[in-house]
Amino acid sequence: MPHDHHDHDHDHHHDDGHAHAHLPPDPALRVKALESILTARGLVDPAALDAIIDTYENRIGPQNGAKVVARAWADPGFRTALLEDATAVVAGMGFYGRQGEHVTVVANSAGTHNMVVCTLCSCYPWPLLGIPPAWYKSDAYRARAVREPRRVLAEFGVTLPEGTAVRVWDSTAEMRYLVLPERPAGTEGWDEDRLAALVTRDSMIGTGLPTAPA
Amino acid sequence: MTRVHDMGGRFGDGPVIPDAQDAPVFHEEWHARALAVTLAAGALGQWNLDISRHARERLAPTDYARFSYYEKWIAALADLLVDRGVLTREDLSGVAPEGPHPLAARALRAEAVPGVLALGGPTERDGGPAPRFVPGDAVRTLRPAANRRVAGGHTRLPAYAAGARGAFCRATARMSSPTPTPTIWERRPSRFTPWSSPRPSSGRMPRTRATR
Repeated sequence: MPHDHHDHDHDHHHDDGHAHAHLPPDPALRVKALESILTARGLVDPAALDAIIDTYENRIGPQNGAKVVARAWADPGFRTALLEDATAVVAGMGFYGRQGEHVTVVANSAGTHNMVVCTLCSCYPWPLLGIPPAWYKSDAYRARAVREPRRVLAEFGVTLPEGTAVRVWDSTAEMRYLVLPERPAGTEGWDEDRLAALVTRDSMIGTGLPTAPA
Repeated sequence: MTRVHDMGGRFGDGPVIPDAQDAPVFHEEWHARALAVTLAAGALGQWNLDISRHARERLAPTDYARFSYYEKWIAALADLLVDRGVLTREDLSGVAPEGPHPLAARALRAEAVPGVLALGGPTERDGGPAPRFVPGDAVRTLRPAANRRVAGGHTRLPAYAAGARGAFCRATARMSSPTPTPTIWERRPSRFTPWSSPRPSSGRMPRTRATR
């Protein structure tokens, strides 16, 4: 007698066999359940979770990277050192830490545009840029940035001058990249604070350009 | 073959949807909790960078594809907690024993958070052989891309870059690499293979990736 396959594939939980299948399927409830279990056993301090969230919501973000870029624009010696050994230089500004232990800075120039992706995961320089945006973590960006970077740039509204080479840097768990965009014209004599206000997050990932001076 | 996470160059994905520069860091409250509980659990010291990456990479392909980013984190964390013997499946099912866990003394406290996050977890190693290549050397990445010392399709060389010819561009730090043992993937000094990267060129698909 033929087997009736009707409904076999419906509502099938593919994570059967994995331990996480023992948690509720709804993501928010799943997180809550795990936090509750860990808290009940004294393995997690809810106040520490609040402190971690506060750190990445309010203290560590693209404003850090913008300070690095602005200083590189204003100080040629700093720029040279940054491109030579970014990890040490940004650590000297206090931008060292988790998910940014090793950093390379790649500089845009006339004719060359740099762009950063992590195809295998979503590695990103946290101490300089904070938590990556959703699109950076998306399958579409991870899959396409290395194959058709110009099309991806177009989806960000970025069109590069004819003949510009695009270099795509694929991050590793260890090595994170920051793009040093070109200093916008018309900013001669600006101080670092004023320059930093032109540096967007996406311009440091390479999917955007700095804001033009008003 | 490598694993499902090795998606660089894959066809079939739709457009990238940019967000506003001032979009919230966490779009849902549970995203923030998922990140925080993962970092806090990591501070218990029961796994390292390679183990946690492995946990996400080895999610079933169907799960990997349907899970959002933080769903992957939380599923991998649950798997890790059980695999590393911190919790049991029964604990996850809600029949956890009462009372403090033997590792409770290692729990990350709020006042320690800034220091722990600032400390990071550097993977650079001292010593080891000198870089085998100098900038400009012609190199070819390995094919297939799978790591020869780690079973099950783990790789740090994405498939799209496997077998690619190019020029060595830069030696960075000496990094450790994952080496499996029956009980733990440890970070050990390994045969140091520095960057070998096709030289980026105009209009092509440049990439930089360490072969291991």
